[in-house]
Amino acid sequence: MTKVDTALPTIHDLRAALIARKAAATQTALACFERIEAQDKIIHAFLALNREGALKKASEIDATAAKGEPLPALAGVPIGIKDVLVQDGLPATAGSKILEGYMPPYTATAVRRLADAGAVLLGKLNCDEFAMGSSNENSAYGPVRNPHATERVPGGSSGGSAAAVAAGMAMATLGTDTGGSIRQPASFCGVVGVLPTYGRVSRYGLIAFASSLDRIGPFAMTVRDAATVLGVIAGHDPCDATSSLEPVPDYTANIDAGVRGLRLGVPVEYFAEGLDPEVRRAVEASIEQLRAAGAEIKPISLPHTRYAVPTYYVIATAEASANLARFDGVRYGYRAPGSNTLSAMYRCSREGGFGPEVKRRIMLGTYVLSAGYYDAYYKKAQQVRRLLTNDFLAAFNEVDAILTPTAPTPAFKLGEKVDDPMSMYLADIYTVTASLAGICGVSVPCGQSREGLPIGMQVLGKHFDEATIFRVSQAVEKLQGGRDR
Amino acid sequence: MSEPQRENERVTIDDVKRVAELAYLELTASEVTRMQRDLNAILDYVAQLNELDTSAVEPMAQVSEVLGGVPSALRADVPTPSLPRDRVMAAAPETDGTFFKVPKVIER
Repeated sequence: MTKVDTALPTIHDLRAALIARKAAATQTALACFERIEAQDKIIHAFLALNREGALKKASEIDATAAKGEPLPALAGVPIGIKDVLVQDGLPATAGSKILEGYMPPYTATAVRRLADAGAVLLGKLNCDEFAMGSSNENSAYGPVRNPHATERVPGGSSGGSAAAVAAGMAMATLGTDTGGSIRQPASFCGVVGVLPTYGRVSRYGLIAFASSLDRIGPFAMTVRDAATVLGVIAGHDPCDATSSLEPVPDYTANIDAGVRGLRLGVPVEYFAEGLDPEVRRAVEASIEQLRAAGAEIKPISLPHTRYAVPTYYVIATAEASANLARFDGVRYGYRAPGSNTLSAMYRCSREGGFGPEVKRRIMLGTYVLSAGYYDAYYKKAQQVRRLLTNDFLAAFNEVDAILTPTAPTPAFKLGEKVDDPMSMYLADIYTVTASLAGICGVSVPCGQSREGLPIGMQVLGKHFDEATIFRVSQAVEKLQGGRDR
Repeated sequence: MSEPQRENERVTIDDVKRVAELAYLELTASEVTRMQRDLNAILDYVAQLNELDTSAVEPMAQVSEVLGGVPSALRADVPTPSLPRDRVMAAAPETDGTFFKVPKVIER
């Protein structure tokens, strides 16, 4: 399998090098900054870098290791953070001009947990504006390019997060997923991307897009690394009223158990028209490998699948229209000059600061919530959401995990879908179902197209059963000949 | 490129203007035209939800109801330190140090 040569160690290898007192944290951080220096003018994964802060942290970790003192779980691991997450000391733009120059006064819980675990935070990653998009072409600061083929998109909205790992600029990154924004770029960039169960990771410090759908999750080169990072950021947070009290297990404990005896569901609706033949070939081949490795492969049906995209675009945009009302030029961000009245200031600041996709979604969301339309659209979508969720709950009575393609095609070319919003929205067809139901998922590389473009398989699991989907994904990775340890 | 407005267009130009007012967006004339086209395309697609009979289905706004493990008790109503005022005001477009300054609220 063609992979961009990263030359970065895995988390496990880095830990071994640190314990052997090889100044590994500083060396690894420098290697990342070298790659960023060499490639990021083209890839454009990063929006802000914290070289000084990162190298200072790395040298502290090396000093701790040199003294033989205990090392925290992610000691020295260089990590990038999607720019919708706030980190005190660095700007947070959410990929938008409306927050250009904004310096947040606090740090997101997920980011703080990484720092407390010894991670070396490299900087902030480019993304679609307010996490709205499937190609990272909606960033107000310029698109991100796919490291495997730079005329193609990395996927979105966490394009920078996926590309940075694929290009060896970071060992892991944090992204966010509302309708597929971790899984789809992971698939396009040939890396592992995790959608934790809703409520698994605190959203405190995440600039909100759709509050009943938003999740924070890791990208990494290997399933084990991704599982390790999730273990650090997951867990209840009193600052997030939707965060779960469900205990956090060791996600790597059973990860090598293999798939013998597991029941894996293959939903017929995800292998119908619209699926690129090369994606079908790669995913089906991977499923066959799992069957040969001892899994029971069961055809299943998720009958309401075709209604997921319209349901998602009503609910997500409705919630976004409420969440983005706070960007009004009053307390932070862009304020349009020369307004004589408050309402003119609101209108002109928002018009001037938001990009076209954000405006489109705010308009759609406002429309579906407005008087006369609320029942027909928003309430209807919430009812269909329950039907979609019930499809999964019923399926998980029969199977332990569900296997699907992550995206209908490999990475498309920049500019290919920008003029047709519906075509862009349909790229989310396999990911929005899990988003609406709150279940967990992983996208794991499972092959490539004839042109060498990565193809990902999506492994979906029950609420809070990340351990099983890591176990399945690990098996996929091993069967692909992936590196681990 | 403007098109003649069809009679039974789901979303009219007036609808777009009304919604833009609700959303506090000062759209340009060409944005309004484009927005009408886009909203109609998307809502035409969304209309397929009407194929489903949901008369006996409870709406689901929050996934938490099927998740369990979410604390039902609210935290104690005890004031704790919030963000330091000076850090918050540092991000303000216009401030006197205590308040956010804005143009006049009453328009008449």
